[in-house]
Amino acid sequence: MGVFLQTLFVGLRLGSVYALIALGYTMVYGIIRLINFAHGDFIMVGGYTLIFTVPLMTAAGLPAWLAVVIAIAVCALVGVGVELVAYRPVRRKGTGMTALITAVAMSLFLENLAQAIPAIGPNPIIASQLFAPGGFRVAGVTLDFVTIYTIAVSAAVMLLLYVFTQKTRMGRAMRCVSEDKSAAVLMGISVNRTVLTTFAVGSGLSAVAALMYVAQYPKVYTTMGSLLGLKAFVAAVAGGIGLIPGAMLGGLVIGLVESFTTSYISSSLTDAVVFLILIAVLLIKPAGILGKNVGEKV
Amino acid sequence: MNKTVKRGYIVNGLTAVLAYAAFCVLAATLGQEGGFKLIIAPGIWQCCYLILLAASLNLVLGFMGQLSLGHCGFMAIGAYTAALMSLAFERAGVYDEKSGAAFLAVLFLCIISAGLLAAAFGVLVGIPALRLKGDYLAIITLGFGLIIVNVINNLPFAGQNGLAEGSAAASLYATGLGFGSSDRVAYLWAGVGVTALCVTLMFMFVRSKYGRAVRAIRDDEIAAAASGINTGYYKVLTFAFSAFFAGVAGALYACCNASLSTVSFSFTNGSILNSTFVVVMVVLGGMGSLTGSVVSAVVMFLLNYQIANGAWVDALPGFIQGAFTYPMLVYAVVLIVIIMFRPKGIFGAYEFSLLRTPGELARRLRGLGRGKRANKGGKEAAAQ
Repeated sequence: MGVFLQTLFVGLRLGSVYALIALGYTMVYGIIRLINFAHGDFIMVGGYTLIFTVPLMTAAGLPAWLAVVIAIAVCALVGVGVELVAYRPVRRKGTGMTALITAVAMSLFLENLAQAIPAIGPNPIIASQLFAPGGFRVAGVTLDFVTIYTIAVSAAVMLLLYVFTQKTRMGRAMRCVSEDKSAAVLMGISVNRTVLTTFAVGSGLSAVAALMYVAQYPKVYTTMGSLLGLKAFVAAVAGGIGLIPGAMLGGLVIGLVESFTTSYISSSLTDAVVFLILIAVLLIKPAGILGKNVGEKV
Repeated sequence: MNKTVKRGYIVNGLTAVLAYAAFCVLAATLGQEGGFKLIIAPGIWQCCYLILLAASLNLVLGFMGQLSLGHCGFMAIGAYTAALMSLAFERAGVYDEKSGAAFLAVLFLCIISAGLLAAAFGVLVGIPALRLKGDYLAIITLGFGLIIVNVINNLPFAGQNGLAEGSAAASLYATGLGFGSSDRVAYLWAGVGVTALCVTLMFMFVRSKYGRAVRAIRDDEIAAAASGINTGYYKVLTFAFSAFFAGVAGALYACCNASLSTVSFSFTNGSILNSTFVVVMVVLGGMGSLTGSVVSAVVMFLLNYQIANGAWVDALPGFIQGAFTYPMLVYAVVLIVIIMFRPKGIFGAYEFSLLRTPGELARRLRGLGRGKRANKGGKEAAAQ
């Protein structure tokens, strides 16, 4: 029972990080129908920003986690920059596949660029403590503060995001553009600005995810976002890509699957199981758990 | 038979014979010299499997218009199949030294079964791919590549105590048919021959009615289905066909290297052998141009070799040298730039041909001489 509860908490914590990343994927996919492979590397950008700004924060006498504000800003800038420099020109001329190849190339570019920067380099950097250590012990199960913070913060962020997309003007514009781009233009929505905002918000979320991830696994390296991003993408697809509640659900499912596989089957087979779930979901219900199947118009 | 086609066969056949003769002379004169043995022969082996990888991915990416990001997964299957099979034969005592008819038989048996097993997995991956398009297919293939590496790492009989007795690390396996430097020279003909045969087969596939059907699917799937093309069948077929050659490329890789490691077959890694790099090669050469893929594989190999070993790199300014430490950085930028300005790749769908290209080039040059503006078709020929 103790192992089960512990695994459950680990799964929920991991799942909330995945959900935060998956939200970024799903928002961008919903609006421009592009898998932003570089999204995983935004986490890496966020991670390194944290590494470099946490000392500043502690020097200024502020709590270390406040560095996430700067990380969010940096990630949002990088996201907007990627959209402006690479995705927009390619989207204007090419097909869906060329855009996809650009996304893969962008991811490769960010990873290798980070390695080529002398201050970062190819070796992992160990992060300092971001939150106060400690936790509760209830019924033989240790519940770290980090776990509680992670779950609480991602729940709060998702709630905020939900309010943002449902209630604000910009959020409504996003939903319009993802539903029908040309109709949105006719209604006076600036598609380009909406897409940019989506990129900024999605990338900002990945900075929050980076904070949560680094607080748990205090190691930052240039390819950290690659597998993390892929799994979060699996989460987004499993929940139904393009749907915000789908990303949340998918993230939690993948997190739980991963932690239960690790503790009950084999830790080295986790990735294989996660991707098998993706293949199974795509075979049984290609639109995802919450998605609706849409017929193709000729 | 059509007269041009006949002439094409004669010219291409003659060139192949001439190239082979020149190669034999070279190998005979330089065969045991250090430079040839240690640099050129391994280089040719590398070019062989890079060509096969690029050309086989082009079948899916260029001709069928589907992005597959797990091509190295098929290669890994091929490499491990060939390595494990040859080890098994060696242990069973079918051959004990790397020469003689028995070894040759084992070698070709390994190469063919590597291809066949990879093709079987190609069918497995291709069937879910039937229901999916574009982005989803990319993700499925990517996931498949990761699964393969993961599973191979966990296979009990591929580990330290299994077939690969005495291997250095858990993920590093000795290969039975791994050639040393003099064997690489001795069996160079096999590697080059297999590559040439496979590229020819791919050409025949692309030019056949199957190739036309596949291109029709790429251009408009719904219209193709409406014209009576069984899109599902052709998609799985192309997938399996492409996987077959990736498996053969893997077998050649296992021949050329004395040890295998799963790190070599991941999605991205520090070295050049990964699924993304294969995509870079195909896009550079042109999506839908097999000859383009062959040329770009060779060019990329030379470029990579030069970046890693060339003396001229030392003469460059510091920051470029810094970038060259991470060649994938350069390739990523190159890929983005090419996609931006030539979405179909440098050569597009242009195929080189010994019969036509020289004539077109000459016309091109004459046209330039008269100061005429380049037309679009000629640009591709000039781009070489």
